[in-house]
Amino acid sequence: MLASIRQLGQNGIDLITALGRAGNIWWQAIWRRPRLANAHLVFRQIYQLGVLSVVITVLSGFSIGAVLALQGYNQLVKYGSESALGLGVALVLVMEIGPVVSGLLFAGRAGSAVTAEIGLMKATEQLSSMEMIGVDPLQRIVAPRLWAGFISMPILALMFSVVGIWGSSLIGVDWLGVYEGAFWSAMQDGVDFKSHVLKGIIKSVVFGLIVTWIAVYQGYEAEPTSEGISRATTRTVVHSSVAVLVLDFFLTLVMFNF
Amino acid sequence: MIPSSAVSGVGANHVQIQADDFSRMNNQANNVSEDHITISEVVFSRGRRRIFDGISLNVPRGKIVGIMGPSGTGKTTLLRLIGGQLRPERGIVEVDGRRIPQLSRKELFDVRKSMGMLFQSGALFTDLSVFDNVAFPLRIHTDLPDDMIRDLVLIKLQSVGLRGASELFPSELSGGMNRRVALARAVALDPRLIMYDEPFSGLDPIALGVVVQLIKTLNHVFGMTSIIVSHDIHETASIADLIYVISDGKVIGSGAPEELFKQDTPRVQQFIKGLPDGPVPFHYPATDFRDQLLNHDSLNHSAFR
Repeated sequence: MLASIRQLGQNGIDLITALGRAGNIWWQAIWRRPRLANAHLVFRQIYQLGVLSVVITVLSGFSIGAVLALQGYNQLVKYGSESALGLGVALVLVMEIGPVVSGLLFAGRAGSAVTAEIGLMKATEQLSSMEMIGVDPLQRIVAPRLWAGFISMPILALMFSVVGIWGSSLIGVDWLGVYEGAFWSAMQDGVDFKSHVLKGIIKSVVFGLIVTWIAVYQGYEAEPTSEGISRATTRTVVHSSVAVLVLDFFLTLVMFNF
Repeated sequence: MIPSSAVSGVGANHVQIQADDFSRMNNQANNVSEDHITISEVVFSRGRRRIFDGISLNVPRGKIVGIMGPSGTGKTTLLRLIGGQLRPERGIVEVDGRRIPQLSRKELFDVRKSMGMLFQSGALFTDLSVFDNVAFPLRIHTDLPDDMIRDLVLIKLQSVGLRGASELFPSELSGGMNRRVALARAVALDPRLIMYDEPFSGLDPIALGVVVQLIKTLNHVFGMTSIIVSHDIHETASIADLIYVISDGKVIGSGAPEELFKQDTPRVQQFIKGLPDGPVPFHYPATDFRDQLLNHDSLNHSAFR
């Protein structure tokens, strides 16, 4: 019993310590000394994290859009409401599936890569050598990745939604024969930028920040061994995915006035 | 004194730079007894394991100082304490009169501009070419134009014999070449202090000879203080002015190499002669061997499963 309480206390201390260290990394990297001179590093990371994630995002967006159209049509056609297919798919994609699924994909592709890269830099003493050269790795390595995640994620989420809507129109309109005018006009009438699209963008910005933050923290704090890097990479994907799903619930709760 | 012929025919700024450099070198030459680094009563632990238990040593300015001792005695840790990458629990770590543990993060990064460190693995940036690795500190810490940086990098690479490899990437280099490029990068900003972490390990005899010679040359030419952490007694002794042997968290022997070889301290002699057993035991602390063999209940270690 006493051992369990002690373990619980230790876990609590470990959690608070981890949060403190993660917060410190955030503070040191972003808010304390932002540097315009490092802008080119941010662009390079936008390429690494964002541009290289475009293919997987577009393919997934198209597949999910197409599946939503198939399943949505099956249900709506029973009530003669297949003209609402475009609206339904667009709302689901823009508000929920776009930000959440692209966030999960971002965690799997870009987050794991960031953790592995920083962890390996730590294991091969590149971070230490940077420190000894008089360059702060938090500014040089961590900050550009945080900014790149913050910038890339909403763009990827929007791409996901747009391609998803296109995929659903191919299935719904071109294949299943939903009237094109109704498909698009219902979407135009029902989807509002401020009420729906903007809230989806806000979600994706939050997901981008949290996923990249977890990824850089795990990489920076990884045990500098092959096993340690492997564990850190796994933790990044697991923690980021859980964080995206849990935050999605709370953001939906707050932003949609439940 | 600066010979006037040495500075004639060059621009005013250049004259100033040369004059400052000569002045610094003269000052260093006049203050050879002054300590560049002072470590006093330093206590440092990793977890429950005490690495240093009140260690004290001084590194004279402009000298080559060897730090030697058995594996796991904290030689690399000592370099990290000097570089401010670790903070001691107690004691003084002073470099150039500045107390390293008391510095803010910004001050620490400023101080490190006057330090160079050669890591055991080389620690080259794998996404940069050899040229860009050596140019990295110059691009970060100076406003020099690109053509001047190019010339400086080529000079540094020439000094380590790798000017021809400037376009290669670290993955294309051998261990010895990697170490030499790292050395060129470590001295890119002409630091006053350079620390070498196991510079001789894993090198073939030719590369070993090259690195030994380079360390000696750099020390003599630039007048920088050099600290070598190494197991290699003969290579270190061949170039060091002073050697400290550390064990059990303290300095157990020190002096010029020839003096150290004559010391009759058992621990120092065991280390220098490479004896497998002695005051530093061959075996890691364990229970009685006979008891463990006869007691089959003890076979519950995962390695036996």
